[in-house]
Amino acid sequence: MKGRIKGRIDGYRWFGRSWLSATYLFLYIPIVVLIVFSFNSSRQSMEWSGFSLQWYASLMDDAEIISGFVLSLKIAVLTAFASVILGTFAAFVLNRYRRFAGRTLFNSMVSAPLVMPEVIIGLSLLLLMVSMQRLLGFPERGLFTIWIAHSLLGMAYATVVVQSRLREMDKSLEEAAMDLGCKPHQIFFLVTLPNITPALLSAWLLTFTLSLDDVVLSAFLSGPGSSTMPIVIFSRARLGLDPRVNAIATLTILAVSIGVLASSLYIARAERQRQKQIVAATRNVSQ
Amino acid sequence: MMIEATTKPAAAPAADGQPFLLIQDLVKEFDGARAVDSVSVTINKGEIFALLGSSGCGKSTLLRMLGGFEIPTSGKIVLGGVDLASVPPYQRPINMMFQSYALFPHLSVWDNVAFGLRRDSMPKDQIAERVEKMLNLVQLKNYARRKPHQLSGGQQQRVALARSLAKRPQLLLLDEPLGALDKKLREQTQLELVNIIEQVGVTCVMVTHDQEEAMTMASRIAVMSEGKILQIGKPGDIYETPNCRFVADFIGSVNLFNGKVTVDEPDHVVITSPECRHYVGHGISGTIGMAISVGIRPEKIAISPVAPPGDPATQVNCVYGELVDWAYLGSTTVYHLKLASGALVKAAVPNRQRHAQYQPQFKDIVYASWSQDDIIVLPF
Amino acid sequence: MKKFLIHMLTLRWLSGRHIVIGIPYGWLLLVFLVPFLIVFRISVADVQSAADPFGSLLSYVDGVATLKIKLANYLFIAQDSLYALTYLSSLKYAVVTTLLCLLIGYPFAYFMARARPTIRTTLLMLVMLPFWTSFLLRIYAWKGILASNGLLNNLLLWLGVIETPLALLHTPFSLVIGMVYAYLPFMILPLYANLVKMDVRFLEAAADLGSTPWKTFWLVTVPLSKSGIIAGSMLVLIPCVGEFVIPELLGGPETLMIGRVLWDEFFSNNDWPMASAVTVIMILLILLPMAIFNKYQNKQQGGGA
Repeated sequence: MKGRIKGRIDGYRWFGRSWLSATYLFLYIPIVVLIVFSFNSSRQSMEWSGFSLQWYASLMDDAEIISGFVLSLKIAVLTAFASVILGTFAAFVLNRYRRFAGRTLFNSMVSAPLVMPEVIIGLSLLLLMVSMQRLLGFPERGLFTIWIAHSLLGMAYATVVVQSRLREMDKSLEEAAMDLGCKPHQIFFLVTLPNITPALLSAWLLTFTLSLDDVVLSAFLSGPGSSTMPIVIFSRARLGLDPRVNAIATLTILAVSIGVLASSLYIARAERQRQKQIVAATRNVSQ
Repeated sequence: MMIEATTKPAAAPAADGQPFLLIQDLVKEFDGARAVDSVSVTINKGEIFALLGSSGCGKSTLLRMLGGFEIPTSGKIVLGGVDLASVPPYQRPINMMFQSYALFPHLSVWDNVAFGLRRDSMPKDQIAERVEKMLNLVQLKNYARRKPHQLSGGQQQRVALARSLAKRPQLLLLDEPLGALDKKLREQTQLELVNIIEQVGVTCVMVTHDQEEAMTMASRIAVMSEGKILQIGKPGDIYETPNCRFVADFIGSVNLFNGKVTVDEPDHVVITSPECRHYVGHGISGTIGMAISVGIRPEKIAISPVAPPGDPATQVNCVYGELVDWAYLGSTTVYHLKLASGALVKAAVPNRQRHAQYQPQFKDIVYASWSQDDIIVLPF
Repeated sequence: MKKFLIHMLTLRWLSGRHIVIGIPYGWLLLVFLVPFLIVFRISVADVQSAADPFGSLLSYVDGVATLKIKLANYLFIAQDSLYALTYLSSLKYAVVTTLLCLLIGYPFAYFMARARPTIRTTLLMLVMLPFWTSFLLRIYAWKGILASNGLLNNLLLWLGVIETPLALLHTPFSLVIGMVYAYLPFMILPLYANLVKMDVRFLEAAADLGSTPWKTFWLVTVPLSKSGIIAGSMLVLIPCVGEFVIPELLGGPETLMIGRVLWDEFFSNNDWPMASAVTVIMILLILLPMAIFNKYQNKQQGGGA
């Protein structure tokens, strides 16, 4: 009987481990392939013909990629800031004001970009921009319009992140602040904001990455001479296999890995501290 | 309908100090239901006043209205002659110690206590002086630099107290101050809290569901149920002279008998209930034949294996039954007797000697009797 | 009257609350709602006047106001079986992708949630890494693997399993693999978030009452993770319907996807009204799943799902 139960548990554990491993393999093999073949000295095909760094070197002279990268970076930074600000507003509104006219509509509008296909958002925003341009002579399609589009998408993600943190926060902290003489507009900056900083940071990083990577919105909203890096990559990828893309991919993966590792460690540490704060600040056991 | 057929208290309840906080006909409605139903109370300067009741009775809502976190549906709150109706929480001379302490996690102990003072734009040196004084008061001077999560529960509570007293409020509100602490710590903290509050001399309103806490800490208690105040008085008055069955049953335990007035004289009354005849040693304002209730606290009952001397036909203030349950609690033993009528009577006998002389066993017949002066008469 | 006007103008009635709600609300109305109205409006406009969207519907001539609504685009869509086929095909691929993601992702999230806390953070990190890596680049990777001169074919040829390269790329197969690959993290993360919060004591109680692990899984775990399943499914299904990048890079002539059609109508044919009409129908198509997703979001806000 004991052996049978143990056998069952072992079998179950084995199943779990193999499923996890197989899925990780599925997730990572393409990434590994990308990296490996960025060092391939042959231009065609995926036959290994020797180690070479030529593709990385060629990136240095690649004006299209570099200008695309710079543009993408600018837009990403602007997007991250705009998304976090707008997202915090939206999260605050949804969290603090339980009832107001048109709340359901507001809620739907905030969360819709999370799932809505980007072609729909892209097309509709473009038509808006064109209409506005006809009417007001502004804006020109380019950095500004791409920024608006990315911020709309980013705002949806930022709202989710900030809202979940706001929900966890002890409501009585704000009442205590009021009780001690804090006027309503001061409460946000003195009490709420310091407590949601980790959420703001992760929202910033999330929307930054989202913007850096976006293809469809950028394609719809870009103007002449404003090709973001993903647009350049996309047009090259459409034509066929290009080892320069592999090189870009490897650099990206490297950057992301460092970022994910660093932030994972930081977040784990901050999370541990925060849990202690939550548990301690909301009255637990005695000494 | 409150009848006057109640036992009169030994002396009229004295109100010490001058009236300071007036609550008049205060009502709070949520979605049509009244959480606070026309409450009127006068609280005196310098006293510690407790709102006692089980969850949902409206005590917390009442407290929050005092603090300004709920807007009353109707009624008045007047503090020191000033009507607080339109005054927001950050402008009231009232401070609250929250149930969850609500210490700001991103600020140190020192900054937490200084928070309220900074809102008042006090000069820096005065703030420092005041914070030092407060921390000394609660004996946490050496913890000034620590953050809340680095303190124990009891220490956090003291910081919360220091913070709420820093601004010298006219009224201090305590929301279930000792709820989360364990028993030993609670006893210790109760007295410490009272000492500090009396030392500072601030008027205090506290909310609790724990009778012991209310009776230990407060000078006057208001028992609340379903949004209304049932009785206000000193702990002793409320316990020994409850004005209705709910209060009698809510505070401590009580044995209740229902009966009719059969003899009504100015100096004594006899109430007959199915279980026995009750001879009450004082008059009541009722009439013969009136339905009425009688209560006896368990600790007022004496037990014995034999009937008290006297003619069984004219026996008063005595019942007997089978011992169905008993619990040894250390300082007292509680006995549950089942009477012939099926009613259960609870008697609490102090264990004065290490080895009690009379130790009834299960199924023994036990006689329970009590004095005529220990009976509480209550409306039916 | 004058007093009322002054009161309105000096904006004294604007409380802080109005401003705080107004800013994001106003932004969203302008940038999200108005564009959809414009899309709808252009979908019933003439091609020639697409260059001048305003004023082409309503014309005022000789004191007669004429409203001209061209429904030809919609009629065309309704009559052309290709469009209907494409919509259905998009839906089909989206559903298949969602089911595969659920099939692979649920056990994955489950075992991840049941792992020891120390390992769990590492496992989570390993899932986050592909999630944060560029979507575009990861899809491109599959091109390299599935192409005729790609890695898989080279491997199989080298092993001698096949003699001529398999045409794996630009097929429904490559499309589905690409979509599953791209959207798997979107299924795993909400499921994981849900499963990791689940109280183990429910499972213990079930076992105590005589339920085998298998039964407990279906009777307790799965129902309790319902909101996670819905969230993950909607996060995969709805975007997949309108996917463009993956069908473009990995799909082929057989894989009809409405995202590509929209793109072609807009960029290749320059037929804005047509593209708008396609968009409107696409929006109608995803309205139901989006409503489901919204309901789930609201429940989440209401206090823990």
